[in-house]
Amino acid sequence: MKCLRTCLPLLAAVVLALTTEFVANNWLNPRYALLLLYIALNVILVVGLNLINGFTGQFSLGHAGFMAVGAYVSAALTAFHGKAALGALVFLPAAVANGVLLNTALLGGGLAAAVVGVVVGLPTLRLRGDYLAIATLGFGEMVRIVILNLDVVGGATGFGGFPKLTTLFWALVWVWITIAAVKNLVLTVHGRALLAIREDEIAAESVGINTTFYKVSAFVVGAFFAGVAGGLFAHFLLYINPASFDFLKSVELVVMVVLGGMGSLTGSVVAAVVLTVLREYLRVLGAYRLVIYAALLVAMMLIRPTGLLGGKELSWRAIRVRWQRLFKRGAEGRGRSAAA
Amino acid sequence: MDRFLDLLVNGIAWGSALALIALGYTMVYGVLRLINFAHGDLYMVGAFLGYYIARLLSPNVQHSVLGGFLIFAGSMLGSALLGMLIERIAYRPLRRAPRLAALITAIGVSLFLEYGGQIVFGADPKFFPQFITSRPLIETAAFTLSNLQAFVILFSLGLMVALHLLVMRTKVGRAMRAVSYDNQAAALMGINTDRIISLTFAFGSALAAAAGIMVGLLNPKIDPIMGLLPGIKAFAAAVVGGIGNIPGAMLGGLLMGVAEYLVVGYVSSSYRDAIGFAVLILILLFRPSGLLGKGVVEKV
Repeated sequence: MKCLRTCLPLLAAVVLALTTEFVANNWLNPRYALLLLYIALNVILVVGLNLINGFTGQFSLGHAGFMAVGAYVSAALTAFHGKAALGALVFLPAAVANGVLLNTALLGGGLAAAVVGVVVGLPTLRLRGDYLAIATLGFGEMVRIVILNLDVVGGATGFGGFPKLTTLFWALVWVWITIAAVKNLVLTVHGRALLAIREDEIAAESVGINTTFYKVSAFVVGAFFAGVAGGLFAHFLLYINPASFDFLKSVELVVMVVLGGMGSLTGSVVAAVVLTVLREYLRVLGAYRLVIYAALLVAMMLIRPTGLLGGKELSWRAIRVRWQRLFKRGAEGRGRSAAA
Repeated sequence: MDRFLDLLVNGIAWGSALALIALGYTMVYGVLRLINFAHGDLYMVGAFLGYYIARLLSPNVQHSVLGGFLIFAGSMLGSALLGMLIERIAYRPLRRAPRLAALITAIGVSLFLEYGGQIVFGADPKFFPQFITSRPLIETAAFTLSNLQAFVILFSLGLMVALHLLVMRTKVGRAMRAVSYDNQAAALMGINTDRIISLTFAFGSALAAAAGIMVGLLNPKIDPIMGLLPGIKAFAAAVVGGIGNIPGAMLGGLLMGVAEYLVVGYVSSSYRDAIGFAVLILILLFRPSGLLGKGVVEKV
């Protein structure tokens, strides 16, 4: 029975991912398939960032830096060792071998980003609020500039020459892993510690929570998933350039987190989907696209400063409760009017 | 040591411009606790206003003292009005909202100005009219100081002194300090806080516009996204000096400017944009409230 509860969603997720991939490859316009992939990547990035910004309340503005580390490390792994690895895996069917290689590279990229997360997080997380924001912003810019000066990975001209391994299937699997991991983390005692730090760091410390440990942990988990997303991004586009991971990318991710609602996982997913699609469809406006995008952003924040979902989650249960309440109130209203 | 003094002169000139931008960040942060991300773009708008005013003037007026005055005054006034308008439309409705909402709005305004600028001014760089002709003022074996650099350094210094006197010696300045110290108490003492906040945006934007024109003179290529990086650097400078602290912003700006030129001279020009952030992170680690900032004691 216990297995059923855990295995069934897993099975469902795999089947769903495979179906989506099949549909995308065979019937869908490639443009929409690309859009789906971007949505998947942004969901991974935003959910990871929400753990740092939303649940732990540590305002990080350098998430693109972690994505860059993951992208470059995983791309370097497959570019320099990919052929040898595929040679060793020749006994497997091609799709499986590619999957193994991709996931090894993604884990490599994610772990590298996580290590960078520790190195950056330990000193900077002593800072608070705006100071942390500007320090992480500085870190993100420094990663970009260091890569610009690394000739091994092409420097400013960009880096290519690695195989196309990312498929929609793997992107969706990683979306599932990210959401499951962050959701389960948030629901445990560790998640409560993160929330306590967000609400009041001093109070959290005084009830015995090791705030440094938890802040750095949240940072590291977010960095890991950003690294994975970077790896998926690289192995899809087959060419990466430091300019893809600039300050504006970090800003875009923070905007998605805040717009979706700080500390709301479903909000993050909704915001990532809505904003990615919005950017794509505003293309018809040509040069006015980004102006309108910026104006919409300001308008959305003015109308709903706590984000689309606030801190709430969208779930079947919440919808049912809301529906029942609506229904009950309707019944009461009728009862009262009958009495009168 | 051969190029040291030369680099120092260049660094101080660039640093004075950064300091002027940093002042706007620090003032707005002081009264609103908001990182006004759009501030760097007001510097861009200032440069473009200067460009259009200079083109309106005939060449001999342009090179006269009157022309220079008109360019600076017009651009600073225009940017000040724009700064007040932005505060009124985008920030004031969010005064009671979570601080992050205001921050995201600021980022939205910044993107709006950058992309709007690409449509209004055109995306390609423009050549800034050199209404002050650059010629060497002091030439020695060790360094050259052009009249332009001297002008930039002295004029920035003048503006900073004027701002300092304004904040420390006038009634408006006292009101600003009061709002920055305690917004609600200031309002209870009969200070019109909305007006003071609006004025703070006006002064900050005017200083940024002056910096925009001066950078246009030093490095005559202006484009609509020129404000992005200097804006971030100036904010970093304000934090290095201690945010909310006016002398701190000046110190931070000069420090960052000089550090950048030393890196260009002795390491590599490609690390120019990274050094500022390295300085920032180092200083924050050892003095989390900046060089001149007062440490905040947290009370429970």
